[in-house]
Amino acid sequence: MARGKADSAFFDTGGKKISRQVVLPFRKSLEISIKSIRVRFFRSMITVIGLILAVAFLGFVLAGAEVASGLLHSGDPELRSVLIKSGYDLPAEPPQDGDGRVLPESVGTGAKERWIVILSLLVCTVGIVNAQLMAVTERFREIGTMKCLGALDSFVLRLFLLEAGMQGLAGAIIGAVFGAVAALLAGLFRFGAAALVWLPTGGVALAVGVAVVVGFVLSLVGVVYPAVVAARMRPVEAMRVQE
Amino acid sequence: MDTGHNIVRVSEVTRTFRLGAQMVQALKGVDLSIQSGEYLSIMGPSGSGKSTLFNMIGGLDKPSSGKVYIDEVDIAQLDAYELAWLRNRKIGYIFQTFNLIQVMTALENVTLPMIFAGMSNDESVEKGLELLGLVGLRERHAHKPNELSGGQQQRVAIARSLANTPAIILADEPTGNLDLTTGEEIIALLKHLSSERGVTVISATHDHKMLAVSDRVVWIRDGRIDKIESRDQLNISVGTISSKDA
Ligand SMILES: Nc1ncnc2c1ncn2[C@@H]1O[C@H](COP(=O)(O)OP(=O)(O)OP(=O)(O)O)[C@@H](O)[C@H]1O
Ligand SMILES: [Mg+2]
Repeated sequence: MARGKADSAFFDTGGKKISRQVVLPFRKSLEISIKSIRVRFFRSMITVIGLILAVAFLGFVLAGAEVASGLLHSGDPELRSVLIKSGYDLPAEPPQDGDGRVLPESVGTGAKERWIVILSLLVCTVGIVNAQLMAVTERFREIGTMKCLGALDSFVLRLFLLEAGMQGLAGAIIGAVFGAVAALLAGLFRFGAAALVWLPTGGVALAVGVAVVVGFVLSLVGVVYPAVVAARMRPVEAMRVQE
Repeated sequence: MDTGHNIVRVSEVTRTFRLGAQMVQALKGVDLSIQSGEYLSIMGPSGSGKSTLFNMIGGLDKPSSGKVYIDEVDIAQLDAYELAWLRNRKIGYIFQTFNLIQVMTALENVTLPMIFAGMSNDESVEKGLELLGLVGLRERHAHKPNELSGGQQQRVAIARSLANTPAIILADEPTGNLDLTTGEEIIALLKHLSSERGVTVISATHDHKMLAVSDRVVWIRDGRIDKIESRDQLNISVGTISSKDA
């Protein structure tokens, strides 16, 4: 005597589509994720510190290259020799073409430096995945409970992405600014006031921007796997885990 | 109270867990019909399969074989949205371990299911406070679970289970972590909900205080239904084996 949903008054949703009957408004998800971050501030800090350091390093390298490139493009031969002395790989004289015109050149970041940056970002991503896996595991019971209350997989996923996104953005901004300031101070220390006089501000801003975006994207990449695992769990599985 | 129709029907349900190479059969074929408005207790020793059955009825886990019908609709046929809707609107869950969300206040815990149901903020706060009032905790609404006693947490959980006026309340050992008097209060509260509001209460327990308020008691032993007793049978004698009135 089984029957379909259509015949059942119990399953009557008042004519509305059932996929619209269970909701989590964006403002509310934002509120919940901000609250979670606040309550678990210490845990969030641990997750974010690795990111801050890696992004700071990236910002430092990128902004440092900007400082050097400002000095190079000043055209002052003395600054050029200082650059060469401090390890930049440049010919003693600016390269010229056959007619004696100066060819454009750039300092760029050294190949070795680039590898170190890439490695540090990789390590940082692994660190984020690890920290997020732990953070998500700690919250299995909470996730299971939310599902019992009617949360869809997408709610759980959204909450974790929002949390990681906000943490990532904050960490990346702090790290990038920190790294750029350190690069400017280092430039000031090595090259004196000339480092600031010839500083291409647009270039430095771009360097900070790039570092922020890279950090933000990495923190989202790092949370996707743990969040998907968490969102897909059956409520019972999630709740069996002891806190 | 509309009685007489099956709000829950469990048909030949088995559930097998795989533990490494070993198979554990927690349910070995359970048939059970539960009527709308009934207060039903599931009794049995530890490990007999009460929680497993509870999870099947609540749509929190899937049977290995057999079917679970809610209002004669096979819940295996519900999609993710319908299942979420069922958990959100029609069933209220109460757990032995309370399962409140630790980072949220009592009020936020109670209003969360209403938010999922699309209720506005003001409306949900008003109803949340009213429900907390019903369980006697209105003035504690701003407290986090870890600032409340076990009994108070369980009362918050009961308030939360009522958020969207469900037709069924499923309680897995609601008094398991509580002392005698607090346990009695919780039982009285559940009984009140059942008789005043016509809510179907299904409770897994090994608390004998539950017997007195139950309309029927299902005894489970080793993954099978041992016997089902209705209230008058309970009053007359304990140990009468009766077959279920299917
Ligand atoms: N997820 C699982 N994996 C493996 N075995 C399980 C799982 N869940 C339950 N079991 C097994 O199924 C049997 C029944 O367990 P269940 O939790 O339903 O018992 P119970 O009657 O609720 O006991 P209690 O009164 O102690 O809560 C037990 O032998 C248990 O070990
Ligand atoms: Mg149990």
